[in-house]
Amino acid sequence: MSDTHSHDHDHTEPPSDPVLRVKALESLLIEKGLVDAKTIDTIIETYETKVGPRNGAKVIARAWTDPEFKQWLLKDATAAIASMGYMGRQGEHMKVIENTDDSHNLVVCTLCSCYPWTVLGLPPVWYKSAPYRARAVSDPKGVLAEFGTNLPEKVNISVWDSTSEVRYLVLPQKPAGTDGWNAEQLEPLVSRNSMIGVELAKIPEQLENEI
Amino acid sequence: MNGPHDLGGMDGLGAINPEPENEEPVFHAEWEKRAMGLTLAAGMLGEWNIDTSRFAREKLHPVEYLTNNYYKTWLVGLETLLIDADIVSENELTSGKMDSPVKEDLQKKKILPDQVDAILKKGGPADLATDIPKLFNVGDKVTVKLFTNAGHTRAPQYIRGHSGVIKDYYGSHVLPDESAQGNRVGSHLYNIAFNGAEIWGSKNHATIHLDLWQDYLQKEESK
Repeated sequence: MSDTHSHDHDHTEPPSDPVLRVKALESLLIEKGLVDAKTIDTIIETYETKVGPRNGAKVIARAWTDPEFKQWLLKDATAAIASMGYMGRQGEHMKVIENTDDSHNLVVCTLCSCYPWTVLGLPPVWYKSAPYRARAVSDPKGVLAEFGTNLPEKVNISVWDSTSEVRYLVLPQKPAGTDGWNAEQLEPLVSRNSMIGVELAKIPEQLENEI
Repeated sequence: MNGPHDLGGMDGLGAINPEPENEEPVFHAEWEKRAMGLTLAAGMLGEWNIDTSRFAREKLHPVEYLTNNYYKTWLVGLETLLIDADIVSENELTSGKMDSPVKEDLQKKKILPDQVDAILKKGGPADLATDIPKLFNVGDKVTVKLFTNAGHTRAPQYIRGHSGVIKDYYGSHVLPDESAQGNRVGSHLYNIAFNGAEIWGSKNHATIHLDLWQDYLQKEESK
C-alpha cells in the first residue's frame, strides 16, 4: 500500500500484489466451501473461447444481408439477438443503434465498464480506461481521431453513455465494394471496434492486407 | 456518490493508447482470469447485486481507483463485498486462511461447473414493475435534478442540472440508488438526448444519450 493517501482504518492490508491477493482469496473461498476452482475455470473458458465479438459480427453480417432480420434487430434487439443463441449476462436488455450516411454512434460507460458481453465478450482494456471514459462524452471527435476515425463534417455523432442495464451495440454501415457478398463473407469485416463505434467496418482491401 | 469512477469530462488523463484489436488478448495475466472468474463465481452466491458490486468499487480511494488496473479494482471490490456480507473477516483476508466457517445454507449455494452455462445464459434482467405513475413521454423536455448522493447513483455529475429530450422509454427497471442499499424497487427508465454543446461548449457538436430513471428527472424549468 502506498503512503500517498491515508485510510481511516489501521488493520494490516492484504498483500498489494494482485497475483498473491487473488490466490489467497480464491483458496480462502474454496476452504469456506463457497466456490469451486473448476467453476472459475469454466467461466474463464466461456469468455476466452465462446462469448466474444465474433457473436456480434454474426449478428451484424446477418442484418446486412437479411432486411427482415435488420428490422427486427432495430425494433427488438434483445429478442432478435436471442434468436441466434446469444443471451443472458450483460445482454439482458439490448438496443442496436444504426450508423447511416449522416449519423454515427459511439458507445461508452463513463461510470464503470458496461458493455454488451453476450455479443462482444469482455471489454478491451481501453474501453475500461479512464481517458476513454472521460473524453468519449466531452470530446468524441478527438476520441474517434485517436482510433484513426475521421468522419465527414456533415456526420452527426451520437454518444451513448451506458448508465442503465440497457446495453448498446452499433450497427455499422456495410462497406462499399461488398455487393452480392453473403453473411459469411461479410463477417470478417465486422470488427469489434466497429460495433462499439470507435471505427468503421473494414473495407475488403483491409481484409486482404491481414491475410 | 461523486467519486473517482464518475469520469465523464475529466481532463488530463492522457492518451487512450488502444491496443490493436487483432493483437489484444482477452486477459493480460493469469491473475486477471482468476479475479474475473472468482468475482463472477462469488457473485452467483446471490449475496449481493450488480449495484452493490458497483458501489463497492466506487468507494475505493480516488488515488487507488485511478491507478489500479481494472481487474485489481474488481478484486478489491470483491473483498469489500465479502467483508460487508460477513462472509470473510479482515483477518482472513490478510492471512488467506479460514478462521470461522460460513453457514451451511450459504455453502449449499456454491455453483458447480455444469451450472455455469445456464446461469450466464439466464443473466439477471433488471426490469421490475412499479405502481408509481409514469410522468413523461417520448418528446418531452426534462431537466436532470441537481442532487448529491453519498450512496450509489447512475446519474453522472456532468448531466445533473442539464435538460434534454426523451427519445425512448424502456419500461420500469430496478432503481440503482435503492438497489445498492438492498432495496429492490422499480422506476421508469428513459433514454434522453442532450445537446453536447450545452454541456461541453460549442466545440462539441455531438448528441449525448443517457439512460435515466424518473427519480432523477423533473419537468424542464421554463427559462
